[in-house]
Amino acid sequence: MTTTSTTPAPTRAVRPPSAATALADLGRLITRALRHEARTLDALLVNIALPVLIMIVFVYVFGGAITTGSSGLDYIDFVVPTVLLMAGGYGAALSAVNISEELTGGMIDRFRTLPISGWTVPASHVVASLVRNVAATAIALAVAVALGFRPDATIAEWALVLALVSGYILAVSSIAMVWGLLVTSSQAAGAFSFAVIFFPYLSDGVVPAETMPPLLRGFAEYQPTTPIVETLRALLLDQPMGDAGRLSAVWLAAAVVISLPLAALLFRRRTST
Amino acid sequence: MYAIHSTAHAEDGIAIHARDLHKSFGDTHVLTGVELTVPAGSLQALLGPNGSGKTTTVRILTTLLAPDRGTATVGGHDVTREGAAVRRDIGLTAQQATVDGLLTGRENLELFAGLYHLGRREARRRAAGLLDRFDLGAAADRRVATYSGGMRRRLDLAASMVAAPRILFLDEPTTGLDPRSRAELWSVIRELLASGTTILLTTQYLEEADQLADRIAVIDAGRVVADDTPAALKRQVGSERLALRLARADDLPRAAAALSTGDAGPHLDPDAREIVLAVQDPDHLRRALDLLHRAGIPVERTELRTPTLDDVFFELTAVTA
Repeated sequence: MTTTSTTPAPTRAVRPPSAATALADLGRLITRALRHEARTLDALLVNIALPVLIMIVFVYVFGGAITTGSSGLDYIDFVVPTVLLMAGGYGAALSAVNISEELTGGMIDRFRTLPISGWTVPASHVVASLVRNVAATAIALAVAVALGFRPDATIAEWALVLALVSGYILAVSSIAMVWGLLVTSSQAAGAFSFAVIFFPYLSDGVVPAETMPPLLRGFAEYQPTTPIVETLRALLLDQPMGDAGRLSAVWLAAAVVISLPLAALLFRRRTST
Repeated sequence: MYAIHSTAHAEDGIAIHARDLHKSFGDTHVLTGVELTVPAGSLQALLGPNGSGKTTTVRILTTLLAPDRGTATVGGHDVTREGAAVRRDIGLTAQQATVDGLLTGRENLELFAGLYHLGRREARRRAAGLLDRFDLGAAADRRVATYSGGMRRRLDLAASMVAAPRILFLDEPTTGLDPRSRAELWSVIRELLASGTTILLTTQYLEEADQLADRIAVIDAGRVVADDTPAALKRQVGSERLALRLARADDLPRAAAALSTGDAGPHLDPDAREIVLAVQDPDHLRRALDLLHRAGIPVERTELRTPTLDDVFFELTAVTA
């Protein structure tokens, strides 16, 4: 065979990509994912508008009819931390649709034939989701303030709020990767965002858990949304924190640590056909 | 410009080696023992109809799918145990065009070049070269969503070549291309071959396999039923088909008896009152008509046609059945 070599033959070691290479790949894939965000303005607008609408509905429509039980808070103060989670969670859950469309469209197949680490593709979606949804949550928060929400957090507390909301978005996005790679259609992937919006209703976040029937109340008190909401209330409104902060950190870390490797595994296993 | 590899593939000069590949999806046995050996630097065509197992074979060889049974090595590496090593050596153009519609053509190629770890400047250079080569220069900075089907297909091919892989898998690459794009692709494939790339190409078109391949493996119902050079296969199949439409269906058995003197027996189609036989030269046609005339069998119509995939299958599966 004749060769007309213009570049030296690349060395082809049989090692998996090094950590530095994997991070560089992640960077390339994040650039791509952020380009997607910037180029799908309609999706971005829905991602921002829906949380704002939820905020308005809760404050104006339900706000007058719901009492906040023993907490002594105004309803807007009671509900805003939960709506912030709904806002971030909704958009984060939409990432399931993004990766599912790449799976059914065959893009994942192409990525799987490239010499890259399996976790980088789902991780790039998670990072893009983080950027998108921190922004969406900040907008929802600004609307809440315009509607009369008056947080009294210090700078340090705001930093913790940002960390917690980011952690929640990371966790939901990671679970969304697993869901999006498991289901076989983008419609099914989209159902995840309803689950994520609905989940906080069954917590202490929208109505006080003490008003619920016993079985539901038990669930509401122990599900992860409750400590996260309590932590947010503690940071934003000077409410007692208790164990909620630590519990939230454990829940969110566990969700990311379990979901991302699972997503990487599914990335290698699932195919378009 | 694609050129790259002076080193041999595996030590034994075999780029792709598949042994006894089996794959089932539920009760559907898609592969039932595929055997394939492709020397480094050659083009192997995998010819077969829809559902014969071509794509499944490609997906196993490109590490997208694990076989139920059997082994395969690509570039000397086992596809199930050394997937990462295999992926460094291969490029794949799948049947479905898999490029990113929200990125521009150039961004797509630079992304894939980057993920093959080419380095930024080299990635830019390769992307620009391939865009020109595939006649996408004018559309390079438009989003791929605005491309026509043929343009997408060409970009997809460029993407699988961007890192100049040593072994390239092309799964029905010319399906959906217009004749000019197809000719262009063929010339690119020939260039790649000349530079030492090993290519496995699946196709439904006998002509395409004939034009490009060093060897053609005919795959049917999950098995390779023939694997030979194009010339040898064509000899076996015959260069042309003669279809004789008889005036009376009752005459078919007698006509078959009168004509079955050649290597391959004639193929009867009672519904169409047709008898089809392989002919090697024009004289064959005269002899056939002569024989029928002497047997007193009236012929309503004659038709000469080039062998289709159906003919190849009829011939090859009839031999192995």
